[in-house]
Amino acid sequence: MMSAAAVQAIDLVKWFGKGDIKTYAVNGISFEAKYGEMLYIVGPSGSGKTTLLSMISGILRPNSGRVMVKGQEIWTLPPNDIADFRLNNIGFVFQDYHLFPKLTTVENVAIPLILKKQDWDESLQIAMEFLEVVGLQDRAELPPVKLSGGEQQRVALARAIASGPDILIFDEPTASLDGVTGRRIIGFIKERLLTEHRSILIVTHDSRIFEYGDRIIKMEDGKIVEVTNGGTREE
Amino acid sequence: MRFPLPGLRLNGILKIAFKLLVNDRGKFAALIVGITFAVFLMVQLTSVFAGILSKASATIINIGASVWVMDPAVNNPLNSIQLPDYILDATRSIDGVNYAVPLYSGAALVKLHDGTYQPVSILGLDDSSLVGRPELIQGKIEDIFADNGFIVVKDEEFPKMGNPKIGSTFEINDHRGVVVGIARVATSGLFGMPTLYTTFKRAIQYIPSPRFTMAYILVEPKSAADIPYIKQEVAKSGYLALTNREFQERIANYYKYQTGIGTNILIMTLISFMVGLSICGQTFYTFVLENMEKFGALKAIGAKGYELVYMILFQALFTGFTGYGLGVGLSSLLITVAKRNVPNYAASITFFNLGLAFAMVLVIVAVSSYIAVRKVIKIEPFDIFRG
Repeated sequence: MMSAAAVQAIDLVKWFGKGDIKTYAVNGISFEAKYGEMLYIVGPSGSGKTTLLSMISGILRPNSGRVMVKGQEIWTLPPNDIADFRLNNIGFVFQDYHLFPKLTTVENVAIPLILKKQDWDESLQIAMEFLEVVGLQDRAELPPVKLSGGEQQRVALARAIASGPDILIFDEPTASLDGVTGRRIIGFIKERLLTEHRSILIVTHDSRIFEYGDRIIKMEDGKIVEVTNGGTREE
Repeated sequence: MRFPLPGLRLNGILKIAFKLLVNDRGKFAALIVGITFAVFLMVQLTSVFAGILSKASATIINIGASVWVMDPAVNNPLNSIQLPDYILDATRSIDGVNYAVPLYSGAALVKLHDGTYQPVSILGLDDSSLVGRPELIQGKIEDIFADNGFIVVKDEEFPKMGNPKIGSTFEINDHRGVVVGIARVATSGLFGMPTLYTTFKRAIQYIPSPRFTMAYILVEPKSAADIPYIKQEVAKSGYLALTNREFQERIANYYKYQTGIGTNILIMTLISFMVGLSICGQTFYTFVLENMEKFGALKAIGAKGYELVYMILFQALFTGFTGYGLGVGLSSLLITVAKRNVPNYAASITFFNLGLAFAMVLVIVAVSSYIAVRKVIKIEPFDIFRG
C-alpha cells in the first residue's frame, strides 16, 4: 500500500563534533515530500541541506528523529538492508555526477541494474533505453569524459532512473551548467521524470530554477525558515 | 554481519572491477610490469640456485645408488675422503645389505691430442658389477674393460675434450686413455669439467692415490626397511650412511648454509619481492585513491561494503595472477634460450620455485589489497554529497 507521503522527516537532528565544539547541522526538522511533487530544498552554504538530504536517503544516520520513505522507517533497518532499500527506491544525481570515466556511457547507466543482480547484457539493453529517454543513445559507447557537461548531467539522470526508483534526489543539479542548459535539464526532469508515483527532491541554491519547484523549503542554520508553494509564500 | 554467497550480482560487479582496472591502461601496465618483473627475478634467482644444487649433486644423481657410505666430514662430492678397505667388508657383512661396492671419485689432468691439458672428473666403477654405470649412446659397456678404456660423458663439457669419438685417445698421467664409449647422464657437474668413467682398478692405477682409494661405498639394501639398520651399523664404525635423497640434501645444505651462495640468493630474492611489493602496493593504492569517489558513489547508489571489497580483491588477484603468469613465462623463456646458448648455464625451474614465487605474489596481492580495502571500507557516501 502506498503511503500518502513519499518521504517523511520527523524531528530530525544531526550534530557533528563533541562538547563545546558540537555543531548542529540539522536541528529538529520535519517535512513531507509527496508523490508527484518536485520539492526544492534551498538555502545558503552550511545551512544543512546536504546533511538533511543524506539523512532522508539513508546515507547519514541522524542523532535523533525518524525518516519514513514510502512508509518504511529506514533507520530501523540493518545497514545492508538500507543499502538495498536505497538501490531499489532512491535514485541519486550527484553534484559532480560521479560517472566512471573508464566505463562507457551505457555501462555507467547500467550500474544500478548490475548492482540489482541483473544480467550484464540485459542491464546494458535496459540502460540503452534510458539513454534514449535522455536523448544520448548515439553516445552510448563513448566514455563520459568525451561528453559535454550537460550531456554528462543527462547520463547521471539516466543512471538515477535506470532502476526505476520512486524517489529521485538531486544535489545541485545545475551547479556546473550554464543557465540555458540548467533550465533545459530541470524542464526535462519535470516534464519527463516527474510522475504521480514519483517524488523528486532537489537541493540547490540556483535561484534561476526555483520557478520549476512545486514547493520550496528554505533552510538556515539547520532549520526550516520558510516554505513556499509554487512561487507563492505558504505559512 | 551477513556474508552472502557470490551470485549474479557479483559477476556484474566483478566485470565493472575488471573494466575499471584494465581500462586504466597506465596504472594497469605499471602493476603488471611490477609483478612480472618481481616474479621474473624471484623465479630466475631461485631457479639458478636450484640449478646449482642439482649440478652440485650430479655424481649422486647420475650414479643413483640407494645408500652411500662416506666419511662423516664429507659435505659435497668434490671433497670426498677416502675410506679404508675394511669398511667395505664391514658394510657387506651388515644384515640387510644386498650388495656393497666401492666407487672411486677424483679429479685428474688429461693431455689432449693438441697438447693442451684439461682437468677432468674421474669416476671408477666397481670392476665386477659396474654399479652406477651411465647410459651409453655409443659403444658397448663391456669395452670399459678393454685396455685403457674410458667412457666420456656427452654433456655441456664434452667439447672440452675435443669432441672425442670412439677410438679417440688422450694421455692421463703418462698412461694412454682410449675412448670406448660415449654416455649420457641426467645432469652434468657444477664445475665445468668433463666426466670420464672407467673401472675402479684402472682409476687407482692411472691416478695417483693416497693410502686409501675408495671415495664412497655404494650400497643396495635388500629392502627399504633395512636402511635404518644399515645406517645404524655403519655409524657404529664411525662412518656415515645416507640415502640418495639425504646425501643430496646434505650437499644442498652445504651450499645453502656454508658457502654463502644460498644466503646471497635469498637476499636477492627478498629484494625482488620488496621491489614487487613496493611497486604494486604503491600503484594499487594510488589506483584505489583515484577511484575513491567512484567507490563512494557506488556505495551511495546501493553497493554494499563487502561488494567493494570483492572488487578490490578481484582487481588485486587478477593483476597478481597475470603478472605471475607473465613472470614465469618470461623466466622460462630466458632459461630456455640461455640453456641453448650458454654451456653450463645452471638453472632449473622447480615446483618449489614456482610455489615460492606464487606465495610471494599472494603476499604482494594481500598487502596491496589490504591497504586498499581499509581505505575503501572507510568511505562514507556522505562525503560524496559534501563534495
